[in-house]
Amino acid sequence: MTETIIQGLLLGGLYCLFSLGLSLMFGVMRLTNIAQGDLIVAGGFAAISVAPLVGGHFVMAGVVLLPVAFAVGYALQRTVLNRTLGKDPLPSLVVTFGLSIVIQNALLELYSADPRSLDAGELATGSLNLGGDIYVGTLPLLILVAALACTAGLQLLFSTTSLGRAFRAVSDDREAAELMGLNSAKVYSVATALAFVLIALAGLFQGLRTTVSPADGPLLLLFAFESVIIGGMGSFWGTFVGALVLGVSQQVGFKFDPGWGVWFGHLVFLAVLLVRPNGLFPKTKG
Amino acid sequence: MTAPFLQTVGLRAHYGDAQALFGIDFHIGEGETVAVIGANGAGKSTFLKSVTGLVRVAPETVLIDGRPSGGSVPGDIVRQGVALVPEGRRLFPSLSVEENLLMGGYARRPGPWSLQRLYGMFPILKEKRKVPATSLSGGQQQMVAIGRALMSNPRLLLCDEISLGLAPIVIKEIYDALPAIAAEGMSVVIVEQDVMVAQRVSQRLYCFQEGRVSLEGASDGFTREQISQAYFGI
Ligand SMILES: Nc1ncnc2c1ncn2[C@@H]1O[C@H](COP(=O)(O)OP(=O)(O)O)[C@@H](O)[C@H]1O
Ligand SMILES: [Mg+2]
Repeated sequence: MTETIIQGLLLGGLYCLFSLGLSLMFGVMRLTNIAQGDLIVAGGFAAISVAPLVGGHFVMAGVVLLPVAFAVGYALQRTVLNRTLGKDPLPSLVVTFGLSIVIQNALLELYSADPRSLDAGELATGSLNLGGDIYVGTLPLLILVAALACTAGLQLLFSTTSLGRAFRAVSDDREAAELMGLNSAKVYSVATALAFVLIALAGLFQGLRTTVSPADGPLLLLFAFESVIIGGMGSFWGTFVGALVLGVSQQVGFKFDPGWGVWFGHLVFLAVLLVRPNGLFPKTKG
Repeated sequence: MTAPFLQTVGLRAHYGDAQALFGIDFHIGEGETVAVIGANGAGKSTFLKSVTGLVRVAPETVLIDGRPSGGSVPGDIVRQGVALVPEGRRLFPSLSVEENLLMGGYARRPGPWSLQRLYGMFPILKEKRKVPATSLSGGQQQMVAIGRALMSNPRLLLCDEISLGLAPIVIKEIYDALPAIAAEGMSVVIVEQDVMVAQRVSQRLYCFQEGRVSLEGASDGFTREQISQAYFGI
């Protein structure tokens, strides 16, 4: 059982990276990014395509990819998504849903339907002994540590920097923030740029750990949603814990029957929704 | 008379198809305190929103230092030295008292106002600087709202019903602080429902009625009848 739980926590680290971008965009501008999963898959394919051009190492692929993701996120928000924001959430849902379809088809066209993966080199086989006969893979552990670092980094950014203050202010009251001289369109664009960096990182790790294929997006989006909602909207640590809960639930289900993993995750998600409709760590209103 | 710092000329404002202001002529000079009174729905808040860029208006209908500024984004207006204390305060609930004040300084205009100076003026805010702004009492929240506007070092401070919902003693405290705030030549527009308060704190006043100016002149130059007629119409 310990083994199962550890595997679940490691899987949860990956789910946390799937969901932080979603949590960030929703938190700052109440935008639900339906294309989240497909963007993760696109990030994975982009890493697979870039790696051979930069010497084959995934770290180099990341170094190239993450700044590009930042720029793409910024530009997408500035040119398209900002126009969809308003009191009505429907336009942004429709546009990101459309984006999701476009990405799926573009990936299918470019890469065919075959699952592909990114070579992790020596990391793929490495493992660490946690004492006794418990071993964990180096790569899954690295992913969990990265998730922890990203969550802590986001939380610090939000609570201690002037950019974080601007994120919270536009989220609270966009008009009042503009009265202070903030350009909310720019603030939103920086938020999406950061979300896209997290998305690219998630895609890179997904490609390293398992495979990506053009049709994977919706399922990844579902895992991201479940993590965010289990944890409670608007709290990054909540998202982190929500992702771990989902990862462990899936692993436990998988242990009973390989076909039950994902289903068990859904059941736990529904159970949490029933008992705590606002998630485990709902944002406390001031 | 000094040249007006801010002037509106035939200002009209709309919400969609509904017109809320029908040609407001208004001016305020350096160091002046001007009151705007009027019944609910007369257009007082819309007037302040039009001046600060929250409601879009034609460029030449708002002049700041003689330059057409109507329809500018709110950020440009605050950088020109016009700050609004909005109706209902609109503090940021997820920000602490101090963070709210710092947001007010976002425009980075140079001037006398700083956290230190505000804390000197309202010591209670220093004591509570770490707590969420919206956990304060109504009067203290209003101090934060005023302080936040002052942090932009405005030349003109627009106050929209800062006494709304506050106890009389708190209202008095806030209005008593006003002369000290305006001591360095800052101009102030006070929007008030309480006519007596408005007359007491201002040199000139405007009365709005259904989106038009119904009375204008020296604050102490009107009889009760004149004001109540301008306020309610007949
Ligand atoms: N956001 C809005 N959308 C549509 N109409 C509005 C809005 N705000 C105010 N109004 C209308 O504009 C008119 C003036 O309102 P307002 O400026 O708030 O008056 P006051 O501040 O003097 O009470 C009223 O008829 C009001 O119903
Ligand atoms: Mg009003």
